[in-house]
Amino acid sequence: MAEVKLMKGNEVIAETAIRCGCDGYFGYPITPQSEVMETLMLRKPWEETGMVVLQAESELAAINMVYGGASCGKKVMTSSSSPGVSLKQEGITYIAGAELPCLVVDVMRGGPGLGTIQPSQSDYFQATKGGGHGDYHLIVLAPASVQEMSDFVVLGFDLAFKYRNPAMVLADGVIGQMMEKVVLPDYTPRRTEEEIEKQCGDWALTGKKNRERHIITSLELEAHRQEVFNEKLQRKYREIEANEVRYEMLNCEDADYIFVAYGSTSRICQKSIQLAREQGIKVGLLRPITLYPFPTKPISELCNTAKGFLAVEMSAGQMVEDVRLAVEGRKPVEFYGRMGGVVPTPEEIVEALKNKFSI
Amino acid sequence: MTEEIIIAGFGGQGVLSMGKILAYSGIMQDQEVSWMPSYGPEMRGGTANVTVIISDERISSPVLNTFDTAIVLNQQSMDKFEPLVKPGGTLIYDPNGITHHPTRTDINIYQIEGARLAAEGGNPKIFNMIILGGFLKVKPIIHMENLEKGLQKSLPARHHKLIPMNLEAVQTGMDNLKVIHKL
Repeated sequence: MAEVKLMKGNEVIAETAIRCGCDGYFGYPITPQSEVMETLMLRKPWEETGMVVLQAESELAAINMVYGGASCGKKVMTSSSSPGVSLKQEGITYIAGAELPCLVVDVMRGGPGLGTIQPSQSDYFQATKGGGHGDYHLIVLAPASVQEMSDFVVLGFDLAFKYRNPAMVLADGVIGQMMEKVVLPDYTPRRTEEEIEKQCGDWALTGKKNRERHIITSLELEAHRQEVFNEKLQRKYREIEANEVRYEMLNCEDADYIFVAYGSTSRICQKSIQLAREQGIKVGLLRPITLYPFPTKPISELCNTAKGFLAVEMSAGQMVEDVRLAVEGRKPVEFYGRMGGVVPTPEEIVEALKNKFSI
Repeated sequence: MTEEIIIAGFGGQGVLSMGKILAYSGIMQDQEVSWMPSYGPEMRGGTANVTVIISDERISSPVLNTFDTAIVLNQQSMDKFEPLVKPGGTLIYDPNGITHHPTRTDINIYQIEGARLAAEGGNPKIFNMIILGGFLKVKPIIHMENLEKGLQKSLPARHHKLIPMNLEAVQTGMDNLKVIHKL
């Protein structure tokens, strides 16, 4: 059996990247995710697997290095925290527009601006509704444990290549900084040039040889042709919405009230469920694992049994809008959140539930 | 069994590494663990704390507001965490530098003079292991052989020669625990 290790979420991102055959990491340090690049630099994967690890001169440079690597069909990634991810948005929308696979890890901290370095979830809109300009989506995975920090690096790359679309692991300072048990994946060798040609040969820049040239661009000067491309992107997003929704339900069978929470907040809500049930209040949890595509259908179905929903976030209320869209006014949807890097306690979430629903 | 612990003191006292050793020892006996540090613009001499949970079951929140046990190593942490020990819970503290001693009567209170004992032993670095020994005397949730394995896992190989000294410090802590208030 694989060894159980005790590791920080950020360290696990780095270690899994090496093990899953990542070709390149390009980053710029920022709290609370600096351990990602620190771990990579200590591990020196360029000596082991040939993976490139490069500290760029800025976030802008880092994301454009990712753009370049992804254009060649390479498995490339970057990581940052909120202000750094804002800087990367131009590159991310170009990558989405050029239909390239890559992985972006965002370990969120409080904002706006430079904000705080403590945990937050106030970049939900940025991650799921575009972030950069233009009609595009990232595939957004929200880990709630250190194990999922590992699992979602692997899954994020798989989905990115399956759909030729950038994927994001949207974590927060709690998941990045905490240590838990983790079982790391076995080593997958980096793909050879031949394997890249086989997997991405119809679009990647692999050297022209005897084929039509490939053009990687997000520019189209003719409006009607751009619209045809936009329609193609939208068909891809509908396919992703149909096939890739992931979520977890806990204690929902007999629940009168449903917490909807993702990431570290979903963990805190699990404790709140215990506390509430000790007081005779039947609560369950729906945890979106993919934030885009959002688990609209399971939330909609819970309207048949639940009396109400409480969205809990470390934000002023962002995901709650998607919960309301899913519920479509059939049941009350309330919100409880903390901001600025303050993490809610299990007790205060139970109090919020009781207050909002007059229990 | 679920034990929810806060360890709090100054940066540099070995608060985070004590938590890590405890968590790794929990893994060695097949338990679920979490280790969540306060992180911020911390520095040597500033406050540092870590929440460690060891449980037989899946751990829900890694962030807590009340604790089964608080291990308190300076006055700021005493002010902050004495009120957050669950009724019937346990407070363990080093009296070094404490000006306001704990006053609660609904919890168990123990003292361990880690700073004095470490200084007498001529090695301030074993301070945190003395404290850990005090904790394990009160709450024997980790078997000694698993503690040794936890030390092997959490210390880099070049420091493995120091493990016997660390285990001795744990024993010193166990032998020097003072009961202040017992329910």
